[in-house]
Amino acid sequence: MTTPLEENMIHSTVAPPDPAVEGAAVAAPGRDAPIAVKIHSDGAPKPEVKGTPTPQTDVATVPVVRLRGMSFYYGSFRAVREVTFDVPKNEITALIGPSGSGKSTILRAINRMNDLIPSTRVEGEVLYNGEDLYGDRVDPVEVRRRIGMVFQKPNPFPKSIFDNVAFGPRVHGLKGNLNDLVEQSLRRAALWDEVKDKLKQSGTALSGGQQQRLCIARAIAVEPDVILMDEPASALDPRATLQIEELMHELEERYTIIVVTHNMQQAARASDNTVFLNMGEDRAGYVVEMGPTTQIFTNPKNQLTEDYVSGRFG
Amino acid sequence: MAAAAQPGSPPLSVVLRGSAGRRRREQIIRAIFFGAASLSILVSIFIVLSLIFEAINFLAQIGLDQLVALGWFPRRGLFDLRTLFVGSVITTGIAILVAGPIGLGTAIYLSEYAQPRVRRIVKPILEILAGIPSVVLGFFALTWINPQLVQRLNPGAEGFNLMAAGIGVGVLIIPLIASVSEDAMRAVPRSLREASYGLGARRITTSLRVVFPAAISGITAAFIIGISRGIGETMVLAIAAGGSGGSIFQLNPFEPGQSITAAIAALATGTDQVRGASAAFPSLFFLGLILFFLTLSLNLAGDVFVRRTRQRY
Amino acid sequence: MAGASTAVPAVVVRRSLAGQGADWRGLIFQGLLLLSVVITLLFLFILLADVFSRALPVFTERGGSFLSSSLSSSAARSGVIQGLFGSFVIAIIVVIVAFPIGIMTAIYLEEYAPDTRLTQLISINIRNLAGVPSVVYGLLGLAVFVQLLGPLTGGRSVIAGGLTLAVLVLPIVIITSAESLRAVPQALREAGYGIGASRWQVTRSLVLPSAAPGILTGTVLSLSRALGETAPLIVVGAVSGYFSTGNASTVDQLFGRFTALPMIVFNWAREPQQSAFGPLTAAAIVVLLLVTLSINAFAILLRNRFEKNW
Repeated sequence: MTTPLEENMIHSTVAPPDPAVEGAAVAAPGRDAPIAVKIHSDGAPKPEVKGTPTPQTDVATVPVVRLRGMSFYYGSFRAVREVTFDVPKNEITALIGPSGSGKSTILRAINRMNDLIPSTRVEGEVLYNGEDLYGDRVDPVEVRRRIGMVFQKPNPFPKSIFDNVAFGPRVHGLKGNLNDLVEQSLRRAALWDEVKDKLKQSGTALSGGQQQRLCIARAIAVEPDVILMDEPASALDPRATLQIEELMHELEERYTIIVVTHNMQQAARASDNTVFLNMGEDRAGYVVEMGPTTQIFTNPKNQLTEDYVSGRFG
Repeated sequence: MAAAAQPGSPPLSVVLRGSAGRRRREQIIRAIFFGAASLSILVSIFIVLSLIFEAINFLAQIGLDQLVALGWFPRRGLFDLRTLFVGSVITTGIAILVAGPIGLGTAIYLSEYAQPRVRRIVKPILEILAGIPSVVLGFFALTWINPQLVQRLNPGAEGFNLMAAGIGVGVLIIPLIASVSEDAMRAVPRSLREASYGLGARRITTSLRVVFPAAISGITAAFIIGISRGIGETMVLAIAAGGSGGSIFQLNPFEPGQSITAAIAALATGTDQVRGASAAFPSLFFLGLILFFLTLSLNLAGDVFVRRTRQRY
Repeated sequence: MAGASTAVPAVVVRRSLAGQGADWRGLIFQGLLLLSVVITLLFLFILLADVFSRALPVFTERGGSFLSSSLSSSAARSGVIQGLFGSFVIAIIVVIVAFPIGIMTAIYLEEYAPDTRLTQLISINIRNLAGVPSVVYGLLGLAVFVQLLGPLTGGRSVIAGGLTLAVLVLPIVIITSAESLRAVPQALREAGYGIGASRWQVTRSLVLPSAAPGILTGTVLSLSRALGETAPLIVVGAVSGYFSTGNASTVDQLFGRFTALPMIVFNWAREPQQSAFGPLTAAAIVVLLLVTLSINAFAILLRNRFEKNW
């Protein structure tokens, strides 16, 4: 039933994207400005901004991650076809689309998690601050340290809450006070007040929502740049889902977040930019449309996008 | 991360290469594990090579006509393979006749009838039986199975005979057949049973007409693995079947006899003397080679059936 | 469609009506199943009762001296101390040789090896090695550890025997360890990789602790298997008869002639059972069973204990 529409979109895929995203990037300057200063004073890696005390929105929203014509193969099967989009710094970018549109595959390609699956292959470029993450000498372990990941199902280690958060800093041999780091991470993940008296208890004993926030705390404890979230709330109840979404907004101050979701409301509520993907006739995922979330949801350029965000398919 | 922003820190392209020390450590660890795995593989190659080498040595020393004779008397140059094959086949056949029905019955009971409480008691007891060394079962076959079962049914049975040994081997493989069959039957989806009960079928009908056919691959595998285990069993035969010096070709299960395995054990018990004695020593390896390929092909066949069950569900 | 919907109730009705009269078939069937369970349990019970009752006089008359005496041509003075020593050394060799190599092989196959056809071939190979009759491993031991490496092992020594049994249980250790590793949820590994842990860090800190109970249970069970094996020791050339260790040093005992508990059982079982060696055989079996079954029980205890924590 969607076939004619799909064909329609295949043609319009390449045309609109870049200007749209750039528009998105400039769209929310007011909120970004003070944040940029704050991160800056933290000494976070923002060489572009360094030495410019006045916030410059166009620089602050420079893309941290850029996909350039990226295709992804499982063996000979192409699961994702020539995807191109930019992820602006310190914003939340949502990947939406029906099942099979390659959202998770794209997400996992960004921190090279897919390397763990045998006989997979990436074509095109995945750039992180201008460096190709699939370059010859790039160590995936280092990539994943900078680009953290939160998974669909909360997956705390069968260890204590403290050890869950401390795991990353320990394996990376980070110096400094581990207790402070754990507390800081749990605070940022909005979990500290609930667990501060039971840090020795097992992380698996927490509720689903708490577990997921623990996983977020665990991810930010290694001080990543980007956090990838693969449907982080899909296994949670509505209340816990809202908590995660609020948390995402708080984290946005410090981190760039890319979130995969098939919950339309969540994308609308929680993200600044939206990339809409669909599965083509060759069963490969591709980008249909992208732009500021408000535009994608209120004024989509593509009929297919409109049908999807209004819940008519997918 | 904080360090990356400091002046003089390396550019991102260098940072992304990761720490050289860690990469080297990872490579060393991988190499160690690979070495261990290679060693394990070498072992299997060594088994086959040592067997083949000495087996060729054996065949080179004797005439092929020596492989058919009055019986198996290696020290006298009589290498009648029929004697040993018949011994192995008779005892394994008896073992399967004993362990097949009993093992399968136990499996059906545990999988389809038993309350969880009964299962929790019977399963560990089966594990204990499976854990009893075969040398103990050999003693049991000689001192209890033979006088109390075999010789009562057939007073003419010898003190050492293939029947008692076969039953002993059977007891040994009951737990094996029971547990492999039970696994196969428990792998049959609940929905299939429910569909059957939904049609008003009784437990016996469901067990025999639904579960059993659905698990037939796994049950076949259980029997094949059981046969392989029976053919490879040594100690029960070495103790209870007699024929330690050699044996004459004969087909009566109530007489002493020798299997391939027991022949190896019997010959090796006196290997000090065997060492110099012409073809007798390499004949050990010739028998080992036969045994290896016999059980290997049975195990591969069993594997095929096991995998067929896994694929289906 | 219409035909099918009327046919189903018809079958139900027919089955239930036919079933009423044939209930005794079900009962007999269930009785037969129960009988097979009872026969199995009876075999075990009789075996244990028979052996223990035969062995009892030895323990009541001789007490601890049966455990502390050497082999002798006189049944009244014979004991199993040399067998205990041999089995103990074998256990140590299995633990230090087969366990690390087996577990490391499993880690390589499950966590490191690329999923190629070669890896699959190796896995099948190992599974089949586990099915090779133990007496064939004895031949391997004879060819490799006794003859080829004789200068190092001392030939027909407890070291050669221990190495042979280590090789025998190696596939079992690999298989059970690999199964335990495979049972660790992939999500746990991904969680580790997701925060930038390396393969070894993920394996050591996350996968191995989760798989440890299973690995431990499997390896301990394989130890019990090794201690009960007789055929490979016969082929490798454990002493079949009596010998004196006299006041030989431990080193001499390691490189010299040896025996082990199951070997003693085998030797005595070949004596005429009407002789004084009959009860002695049973007593040696009791000692052997105590060793192997208590190791088994320990393994099962380990498993149950760790299962609760999950």
